[in-house]
Amino acid sequence: MNQLRSYTSRMTRPTNRKLGTFSYLPEMDAARVRKQIEYIIERGWHPVIEHVETDRATEHYWYMWKLPLFGERNVDAIFAEITACRKEFPGHYVRIVGYDNGRQTQGARIVVYHGDRRTN
Amino acid sequence: MNQAGYNAGVHRYRDTYWDGNYEPIDTDVLACFKITPQPGTEREEVAAAVAAESSTGTWTTVWTDHLTDVDYYKARAYRIEEVPADPSCFYVFVAYPIELFEEGSVVNVLTSLVGNVFGFKALRAIRLEDVRFPLHYVMTCGGPPNGIQVERDLLNKYGRPLLGATIKPKLGLSAKNYGRAVYECLRGGLDFTKDDENVNSQPFMRWRHRFEFVAEAVHTAQRETGERKGHYLNVTAGTVEEMFERAEHAKSLDMPIIMHDFLTAGFSANTSLANWCRRNGMLLHIHRAMHAVIDRDRHHGIHYRVLAKCLRLSGGDHLHSGTVVGKLEGDRHGILGWVDQMREDFVYEDRSRGLFFDQNWGSMPGLFPVASGGIHVWHIPELLSIFGDDSIFQFGGGTLGHPWGNSAGASANRVALEACVEARNQGRDLMKEGAEILESAAQDSPELAEAMKTWKEVRFEYDTVDKLDLASGEPVAQQQGGRGR
Repeated sequence: MNQLRSYTSRMTRPTNRKLGTFSYLPEMDAARVRKQIEYIIERGWHPVIEHVETDRATEHYWYMWKLPLFGERNVDAIFAEITACRKEFPGHYVRIVGYDNGRQTQGARIVVYHGDRRTN
Repeated sequence: MNQAGYNAGVHRYRDTYWDGNYEPIDTDVLACFKITPQPGTEREEVAAAVAAESSTGTWTTVWTDHLTDVDYYKARAYRIEEVPADPSCFYVFVAYPIELFEEGSVVNVLTSLVGNVFGFKALRAIRLEDVRFPLHYVMTCGGPPNGIQVERDLLNKYGRPLLGATIKPKLGLSAKNYGRAVYECLRGGLDFTKDDENVNSQPFMRWRHRFEFVAEAVHTAQRETGERKGHYLNVTAGTVEEMFERAEHAKSLDMPIIMHDFLTAGFSANTSLANWCRRNGMLLHIHRAMHAVIDRDRHHGIHYRVLAKCLRLSGGDHLHSGTVVGKLEGDRHGILGWVDQMREDFVYEDRSRGLFFDQNWGSMPGLFPVASGGIHVWHIPELLSIFGDDSIFQFGGGTLGHPWGNSAGASANRVALEACVEARNQGRDLMKEGAEILESAAQDSPELAEAMKTWKEVRFEYDTVDKLDLASGEPVAQQQGGRGR
């Protein structure tokens, strides 16, 4: 018999709250985030930055950071907005969304900052 | 019909129902049949007979033909083509005036197109290969109750395929133990679990008990993970009244999705249930038990692409499509042909993918193709590259069979999927680098490492029975279905 292991998820542990696509992978560093921003740009989607208090993360509507960055195609500029949002709301989750207006859906949505979740 | 008087008797079908010069009009329903005739029959006569028997005609002239405009209402066989690499049969194209069919009723269309004519003695075999539903007809059908975009919004899941698993063993678990298996899968990272199609309301587990324990499992997993979850509660039952009662109860338990078997229960039941789902904000998963009876024989029956088109018209948000992986190249292109019919707004004729007509779906929502059966973590890179994001991968054994249990199995699949999505978005080649991507992801996930060890050698490589009709060596186009906008 092989070494059995329990699955470690717990109701009481905030880190077990998942936040959609990529939340089962290790948290993204800046280089990985930038790659995903490039993908959103390549697809022609509109980048949008959103943030929210950690206890409200499962709701549909997060706060929008400014307005969608319509037509923004510069990774540095988008990343700078993420950094500014993080700085202003250090305790919030921050995500970037690629809005696909042609298909009227979100083509990509990635949580890029997990606030103070780790210290909860 | 222009000659004076009424000439009783049997006339050649081709005099009325064959018209090689006919140019189909936009509103015609077009059908392509593959016909294997009895020896010694004339092709045009057989083609005309099929057009006649599936529309206005019968075996003999009747005087009441003169009370209507038969030339207006009749179907026309308008083209005959060779089947590549198979001299035993030929294709016949038939155009039907749209007025022959009741609006919004795939039942009525099928009753004509695949009715009496399939028992015709002059034919050894006949297969309905494809149907072009004119947009005018599409617009009369309800279609998917929600569609891909709405489902993503309801479930709050974007930028990746969804993950599911069918709970096993498929028969015999008590409702409470069944709910346990559901909970374990969902907390581990799956989006959905599924009733096996055989699970209805048997003595060992009555539907109401199953629904209630499953609802608790779904709600608990949602609180634990913070993600929206669902279990396809199978409402298929012996009567439609019973189906509605089960559907209502699923809704009262705040469940997001129910499930139905569209062929064994029938298209009328399916369309009614889809309408109920649309009115009640419920997602509808469609299983396809019995399809292989109808679609597997290359010379007789109905091709699955036709069944899939009919289901999109009748209504459903998910439909099983086949998995592609481990099968032959021709089969892969055939599956992608009908997957396009499920998801796209406009699909072009493409014989290399078994598509005989352009098909315009207008603004009818698309539905998720479901790849299910014999797949596991090692298949994920290939599945993602074949199906893209708008699809559902169901790993039954590939989740429940994990050495550490369902949660670990679910987690392994989710990690593998997300790693592949991230790599694809980075521009990496999943088909070439799949193993490397998975191995790298497994370094942070012992669950995935264990799954990869367990299923390393498992492959399902059998020749397929239903292949596309392609001459050997014929190149296969890579064209993808188009979008209307």
